[in-house]
Amino acid sequence: MLEVRGLSAGYGPTQIIRGLDLDVAPGKIVAVLGANGVGKTTLNKTLSGLLPIQAGDIRFEGQPLGGDAADILERGLVHVPEGRKIFPNMTVRENLELGSYRRAKVRRAANLEKMFVQFPRLRERSTQRAGTLSGGEQQMLAIGRGLMAEPRLLILDEPSLGLSPLLVEEMFALIRRLNAEGQAILLVEQNVVQSLEVADTAYIIENGSCSLSGPASELAGNPAVLSAYLGLEIGDA
Amino acid sequence: MYSPAIIAEAMVNGLLTGAVYALVALGLTLVYGVLHIINFAHGALLTCAMFAVWGLSEGLGVNVYFTIVPLAVVMFGVGYALQYWLIGPASRGEDSNTLLVTLGLSIAIENALLAVFHSDTRTLSGDAAFDVVELGPMLLSRPRLIGFGVSLLVALVLWLLLTRTDAGKAMRAVAKEPMGARLAGIDVRHIFALTFGIGCACLAVAAGLLLPTFYVTPRVGNAFVLVAFTIVVLGGMGSVPGALIGGLLIGMVESLGGLLFGESLGQGGIFVIFILVLLLRPQGLFGARA
Ligand SMILES: Nc1ncnc2c1ncn2[C@@H]1O[C@H](COP(=O)(O)OP(=O)(O)OP(=O)(O)O)[C@@H](O)[C@H]1O
Ligand SMILES: [Mg+2]
Repeated sequence: MLEVRGLSAGYGPTQIIRGLDLDVAPGKIVAVLGANGVGKTTLNKTLSGLLPIQAGDIRFEGQPLGGDAADILERGLVHVPEGRKIFPNMTVRENLELGSYRRAKVRRAANLEKMFVQFPRLRERSTQRAGTLSGGEQQMLAIGRGLMAEPRLLILDEPSLGLSPLLVEEMFALIRRLNAEGQAILLVEQNVVQSLEVADTAYIIENGSCSLSGPASELAGNPAVLSAYLGLEIGDA
Repeated sequence: MYSPAIIAEAMVNGLLTGAVYALVALGLTLVYGVLHIINFAHGALLTCAMFAVWGLSEGLGVNVYFTIVPLAVVMFGVGYALQYWLIGPASRGEDSNTLLVTLGLSIAIENALLAVFHSDTRTLSGDAAFDVVELGPMLLSRPRLIGFGVSLLVALVLWLLLTRTDAGKAMRAVAKEPMGARLAGIDVRHIFALTFGIGCACLAVAAGLLLPTFYVTPRVGNAFVLVAFTIVVLGGMGSVPGALIGGLLIGMVESLGGLLFGESLGQGGIFVIFILVLLLRPQGLFGARA
């Protein structure tokens, strides 16, 4: 459903992504892994139209993907960003409502109810200002806001960032649950082991392009990948 | 000294005027809150609106209050276009550029008005300004009562817009989290223009409410904007309820100051308040602590 070919992107003249190829098939979870600062978030921002494409092309459900962020969202590519980016001054309910600002607006009420079933915690806090939620609740809200647009493809950028181990487990359970309902997910994560467990395929990014890709189960068993990648992680910590 | 009736009357009169000040401040604080810029053209745009009211009323004989709605629509369009095609693109994301663009705009408008109208003072003919309504022991000016009512109504509409409509919610979202807003499919450039347009529409309403009791010159807007700026600081930069309460307070201070210390010193009280707020509560009455 998503085909990225020879993509280059970055900030102004700076190129961060250089000639990257990547595919997401319908209903699958694709993990994108890589050390800090290799450009995973930059890739997500380019896919969702926050950053321009410098070279290469992106096709989404057979059609070229381009235009501004609103056009891309309208086609069902929904990006839940790193750092949540919820609206702190607005209530939980308002945050969710704005998730359907441009897409799936007619089903807003029904989807809102779905979100409250999916995240009972958000129902309890529905009139609370989002800025006063705990980190875990904010992450749930960010995902809920994304789901309100009925994504065809959901991009999750480090959803487990800053969560306690228990909540990380919950997050991965949620990802599995969404996928079991048919949701295609592009998952960017630092949690290598768990990501490879839930994903169908995985890409390792290095120097702005894919250094390795394949079925997640194969990559998980590849000691070279893990030691190289985990080695970097420990080095950065 | 003064009888309680006179003091009460001064306070009520202050409240009435203050509501219209609040309207001018609402436009300013809304634009600040969402775009994070101080619109230095606010005063010049108010002057334009006042000349338009004066022209329609004197030239075409339209009742002042009937000019308000069409003019608000026109000013909304002007504001939207200014932000969408001029201020936004010219500022290229730099706040200091925005400052220069709006300042430049205000100078251009002011001089154009000076060229056409010279610095003469114009008022509406007719004696509507002296219409009074008896309320218990108080004699209140009818145009000011109308100004009060309409201003509160506009504030209410604005509040409903911000809290009940998607456009209003999008404005609040963009104010605090532009990137999150873009990812929710909100067109930030459109929302900025919408906000600026609403700010200008507030000025059109204020112009229609001010003119029956006030005069217009090519520089008249600046006086109101200075007061409005004090209100915005007092109420908390970007706070809509702050602008309303602040406007009413400032109106009262001005009126009581005028009564106790003489007309020319009435406005002095406003600036004393301005300094005190900056010293004691810089975030304003309703502002969040930085
Ligand atoms: N707004 C920006 N302007 C210029 N350079 C940027 C900007 N944002 C990120 N970069 C640079 O782009 C590179 C890639 O950043 P990016 O955020 O995509 O990394 P990442 O893979 O998501 O890292 P992490 O795992 O830490 O989230 C980094 O070197 C970063 O410094
Ligand atoms: Mg990142």
